[in-house]
Amino acid sequence: MGTTMVRLHPKNRVLAWVEDRLPILSFMSSHTSGYYAPKNFNLWYYFGSLALLVLVNQILTGIFLTMFYKPSALEVAPGISAAFASVEYIMRDVEWGWLIRYMHSTGASLFFVVVYLHMFRGLMYGSFKKPRELVWILGMLIFLALMAEAFMGYVLPWGNMSFWGAKVIISLFGTVPWIGESLVEWIMGDYLPADATLNRFFALHVIALPLVLLLLVVLHLGALHEVGSNNPDGVEIKQKKKEDGTPLDGIAFHPYYTVKDIFGTGVFLFIAAFIIFYAPTFGGWFLEHDNFIPANNLATPTHIKPVWYFTPFYAILRMIPSFLGSAIWGVIAMFASIAVLFVMPWIDAGPVKSIRYRGVGYKVALALFAVSFVMLGAVGAGVTAEVIPQWFGAHVDATFVENLFGRFWTAVYFGFFVFLWFYSRGMERTKPVPERVTTHD
Amino acid sequence: MTKPTTLTMGKAMLIKFAAALTLGLALLAPLHASEGGSLQAANVSLNDTAALQRGAKLYFNYCSGCHSLRYVRYSRIAEDLQIDPKDVEANLIFTGAKIGDLALSSMSAEDGTKWFGKAPPDLSLEGRSKGADWIYSYLKSFYLDPTRPLGWNNTVFENASMPNVLWELQGLQSPVRKGGKADGPIEHLDLTTPGRQSAAEFDRSVRDITAFLQYVGEPAALKRESMGVWVLLYLAVFTLLAYLLKREFWKDVH
Repeated sequence: MGTTMVRLHPKNRVLAWVEDRLPILSFMSSHTSGYYAPKNFNLWYYFGSLALLVLVNQILTGIFLTMFYKPSALEVAPGISAAFASVEYIMRDVEWGWLIRYMHSTGASLFFVVVYLHMFRGLMYGSFKKPRELVWILGMLIFLALMAEAFMGYVLPWGNMSFWGAKVIISLFGTVPWIGESLVEWIMGDYLPADATLNRFFALHVIALPLVLLLLVVLHLGALHEVGSNNPDGVEIKQKKKEDGTPLDGIAFHPYYTVKDIFGTGVFLFIAAFIIFYAPTFGGWFLEHDNFIPANNLATPTHIKPVWYFTPFYAILRMIPSFLGSAIWGVIAMFASIAVLFVMPWIDAGPVKSIRYRGVGYKVALALFAVSFVMLGAVGAGVTAEVIPQWFGAHVDATFVENLFGRFWTAVYFGFFVFLWFYSRGMERTKPVPERVTTHD
Repeated sequence: MTKPTTLTMGKAMLIKFAAALTLGLALLAPLHASEGGSLQAANVSLNDTAALQRGAKLYFNYCSGCHSLRYVRYSRIAEDLQIDPKDVEANLIFTGAKIGDLALSSMSAEDGTKWFGKAPPDLSLEGRSKGADWIYSYLKSFYLDPTRPLGWNNTVFENASMPNVLWELQGLQSPVRKGGKADGPIEHLDLTTPGRQSAAEFDRSVRDITAFLQYVGEPAALKRESMGVWVLLYLAVFTLLAYLLKREFWKDVH
């Protein structure tokens, strides 16, 4: 057990009565003051608690948005749906509605910022390795549920990018052989994204997926508390214990990390508030310009692109050409780019966890992997499509250059895993790992 | 307690990472927003209440006959732009609407489609979807084109169905084409018949309308920008106290 369960006996008679029948205080204390975490957490270890903070923010602001939002594509005026109009009603006529909505929309983007940094931390310090494989897999499931949640949330305002984004993403299922076309109709409940689609996406966004997310978060933390947290040195603190059985290099999560995370929360909220109050659309990256136009199935936006956090995966989809008369290969590659992360604990066979003591090959490969993620993001967001003609001139075949660029970074993305498979099986020259953690605040 | 140097490793990496990300985003943001070619900078300011008031007056005199502001109430305009509701009723409402009503145009979508080929769109969110620079440049770029049904065309939005409703202020513009050929690309527009306003006055009028539409796109912007400072100030103090608290607690971690 990563936690020490001490049975509490509250003095208050009511609390004691409850505690004897349901030891909720003992449970809470065992997972906070009874949970020993390594004392050498650095900045990268703020993002887990921040992800939880954003999740709570999304749920609370979401509840209030639900009170005024109308999940209906039916028109209230020519070309304007009830859904779109209700979002503008929230932005203008609902008291503080604009703030609640910006907290929700900014929260969605920042959720991905902290989750991506949290995942990168896991890759840097080997937090996915034995004995934490299940923590990593549950985390990946959270990421998957979060992507579905974010996609469906983006459709709800029923702006033009909501509509076309939904159409493109749902169409991906049309590439499945034999059943593709019926599958797409089944998902949409119509021949186009329409009222039925909006209704079911609303149901999934506000209740089904949040329930799944909450359950997964509980399991993610439960699994973590069983095996204990990793740390920047990748040292197992449970191997060196004090006389009382607590780890020598461990400190109680509460109060030490609660108080530290409150500080992290302050910094994070400062950044979030700056965006909410001064750059809520973030130059079109968090709220896209085309989504302030109501959904119109006759007017395709010039560039259909997902919100920034999906762009790396969208780029992989676009970079894989159709062949053998099917476009399914891009779809497979896109799903594979996420699926491959699930099996990361078995791809990387290296015995050393932390990047501090791993071979140069791992450091270089991980850096390239991070760069490929950003570069693919630029391709998916249409940045390269815009920049290439400016840099190379109009006479150059921009699509050709973009494909070359995008495919190169797609190869780097997948190459990371291939390289790691071989590198970690005998080629890696690691440094000796210390017995105890080396640093702390 | 001395801090070993390796402590800063994670910190340094994170800072580098954050710096690269911020720099990247900062470089990307304008690229992302600059769709639509060479537009003139509108340079509008939402803090200039007088400009917003002039913009509202111009808007309701020249635009509101055809375009609705479906999500905007007259009373909200009165409140935000510091105009007496009586003045709004007397000078800005031409449709018989009440002060608490939405600023809807009296033209029906059917009539609009019949007369212009496409019903004039609602402009509530024009400032957000197209942006201020686009509106500003568009309103200045009408020219005479006898081949178009209404005799007008526009260099920013080619074959727009809208005529130049501001022509009596701006005057009439004709295109100067490359090499003087009738079908060559337009190099610039020439003011052939002056209007009631000089070029500078007209620029200001268009800028005022643009500012008004920018305000209308997000009335909350006035509020959020003025209160954001206090929120940030509060959070800065909170974070400082949280840091001191953390340092106090961590004194006994050895």
